[in-house]
Amino acid sequence: MSSRTVEYDVGRNPEMGPGGTLVASPAVPFDAPEPELGSDTMLVNIGPQHPATHGVLRLVVELDGETVVSVVPRLGYLHSSFEKLGEYRTWNQVVPLTDRMDYLAPLIYNCAYVMAVEKLMGIEVTDRCRVARVVCMEMDRIFSHLLWLGTWSIDVGAFTPFLYAFQQREKVYKLHEALTGARITTSATRIGGMMADLPDGWARGVRDFANNLPATLDEIDGLLTNNAIHAGRTQGIGAISADEAVNHGLTGANLRASGVPYDVRKDRPYYDYESYDFEVPIGCHGDCYDRYLVRMEEMRQSIHILHQALDRLPSGPMDVEDPRISLPSKTDCMSDMESMIHHFKLITEGIPAPAEDCWFSVEGSKGELGMYVVGDGGPKPVRWRIRPPSFVNLSAIPKLAEGHLMADLIVINASLDIVLGEIDR
Amino acid sequence: MTHDASSGDPLSGFDLVAAGPQRSREGPETAARHHDVPPGNPTVTALRKQFPDAVFHNLICAGDEDVVYVDPGRITEILGWLHREADQHYDHLADVTAVDYGGGKPLEVVYQLWSIPHRAALRVKCELPLDALEIETATGIWAGANWLEREVYDLFGIHFTGHPDPRRILMPENYAEGHPLRKDFPLRGRFSRAEQTRRALTQNPEDYYAAGEIAGRVPQTVEVDGGDATGEEGGGDVL
Repeated sequence: MSSRTVEYDVGRNPEMGPGGTLVASPAVPFDAPEPELGSDTMLVNIGPQHPATHGVLRLVVELDGETVVSVVPRLGYLHSSFEKLGEYRTWNQVVPLTDRMDYLAPLIYNCAYVMAVEKLMGIEVTDRCRVARVVCMEMDRIFSHLLWLGTWSIDVGAFTPFLYAFQQREKVYKLHEALTGARITTSATRIGGMMADLPDGWARGVRDFANNLPATLDEIDGLLTNNAIHAGRTQGIGAISADEAVNHGLTGANLRASGVPYDVRKDRPYYDYESYDFEVPIGCHGDCYDRYLVRMEEMRQSIHILHQALDRLPSGPMDVEDPRISLPSKTDCMSDMESMIHHFKLITEGIPAPAEDCWFSVEGSKGELGMYVVGDGGPKPVRWRIRPPSFVNLSAIPKLAEGHLMADLIVINASLDIVLGEIDR
Repeated sequence: MTHDASSGDPLSGFDLVAAGPQRSREGPETAARHHDVPPGNPTVTALRKQFPDAVFHNLICAGDEDVVYVDPGRITEILGWLHREADQHYDHLADVTAVDYGGGKPLEVVYQLWSIPHRAALRVKCELPLDALEIETATGIWAGANWLEREVYDLFGIHFTGHPDPRRILMPENYAEGHPLRKDFPLRGRFSRAEQTRRALTQNPEDYYAAGEIAGRVPQTVEVDGGDATGEEGGGDVL
């Protein structure tokens, strides 16, 4: 295995002692004995309309003083029944539903869905398409992590990183727009290829973005990583051990922060990820601070992958040249009877899939994103299921937050990097 | 599909498109895919040996995915063995879901397992007849099964016996129209638009503020202007 354990030395902060303990903290210690008040616990409702819940999430919190006794998340405020809707659409018509789930990394969802369907149908996409999708997915991993970084920094009390991160995100929005015409709801993929070939100069735009990003990351790194307030609010908060993290089904950066090097790109490689040179960063404490460090490093690794993918982006066709899968060109449609028939059949009837089921998982920005598709020989899915990484990650929040302070609950929630569109689906 | 693509002349025109993409059984790409997977998954062999009467049959889907159909009555025993046994060690429960094929066919409960140390995947399926939608919970093995099973109950109406928190999760707790992902559930719901609007407007979020929120704890009564804000018990499964 080519991944290497990246150990973070939290002691490198001059203000911190060994093991990440704060030596000179501006915060007031909470270890003074609490007076015996004999009071009851109190229920506090957070959300669903609250900026710190990162969407329409509602948390009912039972508090003893300021200490969290238990947390009960309540979901469903954004439930759109995408899985049910998908059963009434042809395989290609489902694509627009996928980016509406995780609007923070839409291209990953577009790609993951069609990759599952292509596996079900036994379609092998072109080399150019494989590399283009890797570029799309890595770009959106950074895109999603930048939003997480911005909102995370606001939740821990820093505003400037938010502006820096969103400045860079805007560049990805522009790249989305150049690729698909939409900034968020990209719907960029089709079964057997992409909606369109990459526009002229798009690869250069991605390269510019990848070249400029490290400077911003360094700047944010300088603002947060060794910041005593940031470290004091996040170190030792919401810690979970490796065994418990696996048992709770955590995936992605949340799992790797606990020291489990499980990354779908390495463990179940797809799209030649085994041939890209990158490392899987893992933490050793499993707390909020480690989750921050792991995501920061993941962005740098994704930049590395972006450069490699852009280097090897081959020319050639984007879509598979098979009239049963890809639409013929407009010129062919207008001049060739058979192409017109193919076009008509594909649009009106869709592409039939075999009566089988298929599970395909990719490393999404939030964790393991699984797609489970079931066909019955017809052009519509019998069942289309998303394994939502945020949903499973959020289910561990009662375990993570118990015993911490109310203010820490906000930090723990931010550190999990959830998106409600995908949790509620 | 009206035309069998595997027989006869190469297709063209309408027939070609209607037949759809075909996975070539002997093509070089499929052969390469099969090469990665050793013939006879060792887990399936061991599982058949350990539970000869509880493993009904197994097959390979989509080229390289092993699927095992097991006895729903012994599901926790089997999943626990797969999780515990050092040679198997399926420690990551990737997903729990269900599939309704419609037409009165049994519902399938699908467990997607992954072993992080061994890098192996397995899909375990149980078929539940429509008149006995009950299966034992896997929360005792994986804590992560909690919400996944709640979602399956919510959207399919499959009861997980022994589940610590068997409530709906995505739909409102007093949702009375049934379980939406079942094939007999109409896309727009069972009630009329007017009735759905009426129910939505008469919802009182305070009903679900305190009572039953904190599982296993005595609900606290909050007096607001002399009124009782705890409301009533959760609606539960009305259908």
